[in-house]
Amino acid sequence: MEHKNWHGFKAGAWQNEINVRDFIQQNYKVYEGSDEFLETATERTTELMKKVQLLFKLERQYGGVLDIDTATVSGLTNYAPGYIDQKSEIIVGLQTNRPLKRGVNPFGGIRMARQACEAYGYTLSKNIENEFHYRTTHNDGVFHAYTDEMRAARKCHVITGLPDAYGRGRIIGDYRRVALYGVNRLIEEKKKDKAALAERNFRSVEVRLDEELYRQILYLGKLKEMANMYGFDISEPASNAKEAIQWTYFAYLAAIKEQNGAAMSLGRVSSFFDIYIERDIEAGILTEKEAQELFDDFVIKLRVARHLRTPEYNELFGGDPMWITEAVGGMGEDGRTLVTKSSFRVLNTLYTLGSSPEPNLTVLWSTQLPEGFKKFCAKVSKDTDSIQYENDDVMRPIYGDDYAIACCVSAMRIGKEMQFFGARCNLAKLMLIAINGGYDATSQMHIGPQMPVLKGDKLDYDALMERFDIYIAWLSRLYVNTMNVIHYMHDKYAYEKIQMALHDTDVHRYMAFGIAGLSVVADSLSAVKYANVRPIRDEKGYVVNFETTGEFPKFGNDDDRVDLIAKEMTHKVITELRKTPTYREAEHTLSVLTITSNVMYGKNTGSTPDGRRAGAAFAPGANPMHNREENGALASLNSVAKLSYEDCRDGISNTFSITPEALGRDEDERVDNLVSILDGYFAKKAHHININVLNRETLMKAYEDPESYPNLTIRVSGYAVNFTKLSREHQREVISRTFHEVM
Amino acid sequence: MTKGFIHSIQSLGTVDGPGVRFVVFTQGCNLRCGCCHNPDTWELNKGTEYTAKELADKASRFIPYFGKEGGVTVSGGEPLLQSEFCKEFFEECKKYGLNTCLDTSGSILDDRAKKLLEVTDRVLLDIKYTDNEKYIEHVGCTLDKPLAFLKYLDDKNIPTTLRQVIIPGLSDDEENIKRLAKIKDDHKCVDKCELLPFRKICSIKYEKMGIPFKFGDIETPSAELMENLKKLI
Repeated sequence: MEHKNWHGFKAGAWQNEINVRDFIQQNYKVYEGSDEFLETATERTTELMKKVQLLFKLERQYGGVLDIDTATVSGLTNYAPGYIDQKSEIIVGLQTNRPLKRGVNPFGGIRMARQACEAYGYTLSKNIENEFHYRTTHNDGVFHAYTDEMRAARKCHVITGLPDAYGRGRIIGDYRRVALYGVNRLIEEKKKDKAALAERNFRSVEVRLDEELYRQILYLGKLKEMANMYGFDISEPASNAKEAIQWTYFAYLAAIKEQNGAAMSLGRVSSFFDIYIERDIEAGILTEKEAQELFDDFVIKLRVARHLRTPEYNELFGGDPMWITEAVGGMGEDGRTLVTKSSFRVLNTLYTLGSSPEPNLTVLWSTQLPEGFKKFCAKVSKDTDSIQYENDDVMRPIYGDDYAIACCVSAMRIGKEMQFFGARCNLAKLMLIAINGGYDATSQMHIGPQMPVLKGDKLDYDALMERFDIYIAWLSRLYVNTMNVIHYMHDKYAYEKIQMALHDTDVHRYMAFGIAGLSVVADSLSAVKYANVRPIRDEKGYVVNFETTGEFPKFGNDDDRVDLIAKEMTHKVITELRKTPTYREAEHTLSVLTITSNVMYGKNTGSTPDGRRAGAAFAPGANPMHNREENGALASLNSVAKLSYEDCRDGISNTFSITPEALGRDEDERVDNLVSILDGYFAKKAHHININVLNRETLMKAYEDPESYPNLTIRVSGYAVNFTKLSREHQREVISRTFHEVM
Repeated sequence: MTKGFIHSIQSLGTVDGPGVRFVVFTQGCNLRCGCCHNPDTWELNKGTEYTAKELADKASRFIPYFGKEGGVTVSGGEPLLQSEFCKEFFEECKKYGLNTCLDTSGSILDDRAKKLLEVTDRVLLDIKYTDNEKYIEHVGCTLDKPLAFLKYLDDKNIPTTLRQVIIPGLSDDEENIKRLAKIKDDHKCVDKCELLPFRKICSIKYEKMGIPFKFGDIETPSAELMENLKKLI
C-alpha cells in the first residue's frame, strides 16, 4: 500500500500491516553526537510558558485544583475545544474547554467522583448523579463480587491501593499509529479483525471481544470527531512533523479524556517524531529552532494534563501525577542505537521550559548508548532531578526494541501488550500477621489461616519462615482472585475503548502484582537470623513489639547474608502468585514499587523486628531503609541490583539521592561520574533508578518556604513530583531519606 | 597474609583520585593535623580487620562502576603505617586490573613504603603547608618529610596529585599558593594540584569523641577566594 503523505519514507512491511516498529527501523536516523546542536526556547514558547506558570500559580492558590466542570461527564467530544492561547499554540487540544479545568469521570465509581468534587468545594451536578443512579460503575461491579475475605484484606490494609474505585490505567495506546496510518486505515483494520472473529464459535470469550471491537471502532470514529472540533481531519496519515505530533497528541488526548487511569503513559514517541522532523528539515521546511518549538509546545500540553482525584487517592499517589511516561533512547535489536536528535530534544524541554515532573521522562539505558547521549542525560539529571533510568539491556531481550514504560517501571511492547494493574500487598504486615497466627494487631482483625501465635522468648528463623510461607501462599491466592474480580469488572464497566483500539486485537496481557516493605522484611528476617529478637506480647498473648539485641546485616550494604533474603522473598511471592490462574490468562508479574504509598503502608503496620517503630514509613520501592547504609552509595546500589528482574518483571524501583559534592568536584567530573555510576549499576543487571542530585538543605528550605520553590522537582519512586505539591507528611519522609554525602 | 586495620569503606568515592573509586580508610595516624576531618582514624590497632584479599574481593564487586578512570584509593588515617598490608592489597587489586591510588601525608619513606609505591598508580600527596614552622606546629612533622617523599615520587616517575586544604589565616594567602605552585613546577611527576576548602562537617566527630577540634573556630573559605587561589596554580 502507498500513501502520498508517506513520500520519502523507505518502504517496508509497515505499509501493508499496522507495524510502527518496522516503520521506525526502516526510516530512523541514528544520532551519536553531543548536545551542541540543541536550540533554546523561542520567544513564543517563553511567552506561552509564562501564561502556563501563572495558571500553575493560580492552581496552587486554589488548593491544588483550579476548576472543575461538574456538569459534564468527561469524554472525547463532550467539551468545546479549549486553548491556552489559541493564537500562539502550535499543537492544540485540552482535556476540557479551559486549561487546568478538570473533568469528572464517574465510570470508575460515582462516589469517588462526588467526593473528589466535594473535597475542593464543588458539588457534582444533579444530572450526572441521576444518570449514574441507573448505571453500574466499575466500583459497583467490584463490590458486588468481592468476597468477605477480599473485603477484609482490603480493610486491614494487607492489600491496598487496588484500582477498584478508580481507573486502572497502565495501558499505553500506540498513539503513533494515528499519525502513521490515519484513523480511517485503523478502522478498516479493526473491521477486518471483527469479520475474522465472526468465523469463530461464539463463547463468552468471543462475545466479549466482539463487543470490544465494536466499541473500539466506535471510539476511533469519536477520535476523528474530536479532532474535527479543533479543525483537523485526521482520517489520513500525517503529512509533516507538525501533523505527526498533532495526530499523535490527539490520540493521547482522547485517551485521557476517556479514562482517568492512575498512570496514563505516552509510550515512545520521540524517535518516531524524529523521522518526520528529519524529513522536513531535509526538505527545507523546518529549522532546528522550529523542531524544538514543536517539542516544546507538545510538552506544554502534557504538562497541563490533569485528573480529578480524591484526598485518599493523593495519599497513595502524592503530587497529582499523571505518569505521562515517555521512554527515550535504548538500543535496537540490530545493535544500532535508537537515540536520535529528538531523544535530545525531548530532554531539552527540561531546559527550554524548566524542570518538571511531567512528562515522566524515562531513559532506557544501555551500556552501549552513545557517549554523547549518556553525558547529556547525566547533565540533565544533575541540573533538573527530573529523569529516571531503566535498564534497556535487561528489558530488550524480553520485550524487543519497541517497548515502552507504563507508569514507573512497567515494560510492555507498544500496541501489543497491556497490563492489569494491581497495586501491592504489604509484605511486612503479612509477616506480623504470620507471627500472630492470623491476627492483625494494628486493625485488630482476624484474617487468613488461624493458628497459635508463634511461641518462645526468641524468634526462631526457621519457625518464622515456615509460618511466613503459609501466609504468603494464602495471600497470593487471595490477591490473584481479588485482581480477577477487579479486572473483570473494569473490562465490563470501564473498558478502555480508544486505548485498546490502538492495540492489536490479539493482545498479550500481564497481571501486575506488587509488594511493599521488602527492605523492612529483609532486615527483620536478618535480625531474627543473626541477632536476638524477643517478641513482646500484649495481655492476650499477641506479639505487638520486639526487642532486638545484637548486630545483624542490613539490606543496602552489599552483604549477601541479607540481600539474598530479599531476593528469595520476591521469588517466593511470584512463585506463589503463579499458582492461581488469572483473568484473561494474563501473565503474572511482580513489582517492588510503592509510589508514595510507603508512608501509608508504614502507618498501617506495627513495629517490626528490624527496629522500625509502629507507624514509621517504609523505604520506597526496593530502597534500603533510610540511613542503614554504612558503606556508601555503590554498596547500596549493589544490594538492590541483586533483586532479580526475572522474578520482578513489573519492575524494581530504586530512588537515589546524592549531593552534588559527593558526585565530584566540578561539573564535568560530576557528569562523568554519574555516567560511570549508571553504567556500573546497569551492568550489574539492576532494573531502575531515580536520580536526584541535590542537598537536603534545599528540600528543608522548600518545606519551610514553598512559595519560593514552585518548580522544585524531585524524583520520588518511579516518578517525579513538584516537591511543594506533596503533603507535609510525604515531604518529611522524603527529607528523612538517605542522602549520599561526602564524609 | 598481613592483616589490615580498616576504619571504614566508602563504596562511592569521587573526590579521592580520578573517576569513581572504592575508598578504604585505614586506621591509625602518626600525625595530628589541626584541620583533620577524620579524628576517629587516629588511634592505632583498632577498626575492622581484613586480609588484603578479602578487601580486594570486596572492591571487585564495584568494578563495573569504575569506568576508564576509576579504581581503588587507600586513604586514612595514614596508610603508610600499614604499608605492607596496603602493598598486598594493591597487588590483589592488580589481579583484578584495578587502578590504585594512595592518599598520604608522605611523612614516612621507609623500605616498606617504597615497596608499596611500586604497585601504586597514583599518589595523592598532601602538602599541608609550605613553611616548616606551620608544619611543626599544626601537623607534627617537618616539611622536609613530604618533600623528600615527593622527590622520591619524582625519581620513580609516579603520577602525583598535590593537595592542600585551604585554611583561612593559615594557608589562604597568595604567597603560600605561589610556593605550592613552585613545588608543583619543580616536580615533573605532579600533573595536578587540588586546593580543597577547609570544612567543618567533622566537628560532630570531635564532639562525639570528646576531644577538642583545634580549628573549630576557623571559618570555611569563600567560594570566591577558592576560585581566585585556584587561578594561581
